Amino acid sequence: MKQENFTPSSRSRLPEILIREQSSLLADWIESLSASAGGRTGSRSRQQLHEDARTFVTALARGVQDGSLQDLKSSEWSRMHEFLTELSRSRAEEGTSPTETATFLFSFKRPLFGLLKKELAGEPEALAEELWHATALIDGLGLQTTEIFQRSREEIIRRQQQELMDLSTPVVKLWKDILALPLIGTLDSSRTQVVMQNLLEAIVAHSATIAIIDITGVPTVDTLVAQHLLKTVAAARLMGADCIISGIRPQIAQTIIHLGVDLADVTTKATLADAFQLALRRTGGPLPASTASSKQLA
Amino acid sequence: MERIPILKLGPFLLVSIQVDMHDRLVLTLQDDLTERIVQTRARGVLIDISGLDMVDSFIGRMLGNIAGMARILDAETVVIGMQPSVAITLVELGLSLPGIRTALNIDRGMDLLRASLEERTEDFSAGNQAG
Repeated sequence: MKQENFTPSSRSRLPEILIREQSSLLADWIESLSASAGGRTGSRSRQQLHEDARTFVTALARGVQDGSLQDLKSSEWSRMHEFLTELSRSRAEEGTSPTETATFLFSFKRPLFGLLKKELAGEPEALAEELWHATALIDGLGLQTTEIFQRSREEIIRRQQQELMDLSTPVVKLWKDILALPLIGTLDSSRTQVVMQNLLEAIVAHSATIAIIDITGVPTVDTLVAQHLLKTVAAARLMGADCIISGIRPQIAQTIIHLGVDLADVTTKATLADAFQLALRRTGGPLPASTASSKQLA
Repeated sequence: MERIPILKLGPFLLVSIQVDMHDRLVLTLQDDLTERIVQTRARGVLIDISGLDMVDSFIGRMLGNIAGMARILDAETVVIGMQPSVAITLVELGLSLPGIRTALNIDRGMDLLRASLEERTEDFSAGNQAG
């Protein structure tokens, strides 16, 4: 953690005191925890809390023994880091807020400061200095728990985003040479990129000639969405596949015309069924009713 | 001198582009191709670009030019085997290659050319004004 405007004396007495007095510190801490836990409705059981406190003090003693007080990221502190990771993870799962987790660590200051006061009773200057060391150390560790908590949350968000992205852009094969791409949700630039890529790869994989883009699930179509759709259609055309846009609701048809979007080059159908029928006719597939004489291309 | 081979495939010609194109090569290809179209009376040209994983506006214009030249000589052009990444790049660049027909692979391209050849022959025999 940062330590500006302060040059620590090379010989801090904090590590020595911590290691020597770790059992009495732990006893004091547990006592104060028990006293305060009565009021709070902590989801952690008392026993677990004591276990955490014990592990923390042990890891702290080991950390100050081998590592420096300034660099909490060094390998000597790896055991402490492991403990903090485990602590914030398990607490997050229980629904404890990161503030509570940090407060738990900060509560260690009380017995520690008490001890320092006793040890350095006659030397106020040394006491001030060691208090500073102790505060910086505990604050650093407390902040680490918050950081770890945040990181694990962000990871979850990222994973869910990816899953959502995958879920919402499936490409299904309807028939020989015919693919369908039911779009659900708003189309933005990054999603269009994924949609386009998925569609083009599916076109190659299934060697499809017609792709039906169904926009029934797209809530609004503005000029940007229309532009993205046209881009997708153009890219598919470059690969040698025709696109049909289906699922255009009456409201959306009106919007498209009011916006002046030119969809003249694209085949559009009101429903997926109509689009499928057209696609079957074009590829020469079997038609459900004898509606038209299928023109054999292949 | 570097040249791009032109293969005769029934009534069509097949050009497979697998190297980076530069001005000289394009000019040679245009010379050779127009020569061969006239010589073999080809009715269609297949340009395979499946080997290209990068296409810029220069190649885009070249494809357009070749298609135009072939059309004047009564041969239809189909570009085949464009990679998905290339298609996305071209669209993002705003080049949608208007006037060029595309197909996924050689088989599809041949089908397309045969179909349009039949159409043109029918039009002609029916005495329509060919469009």
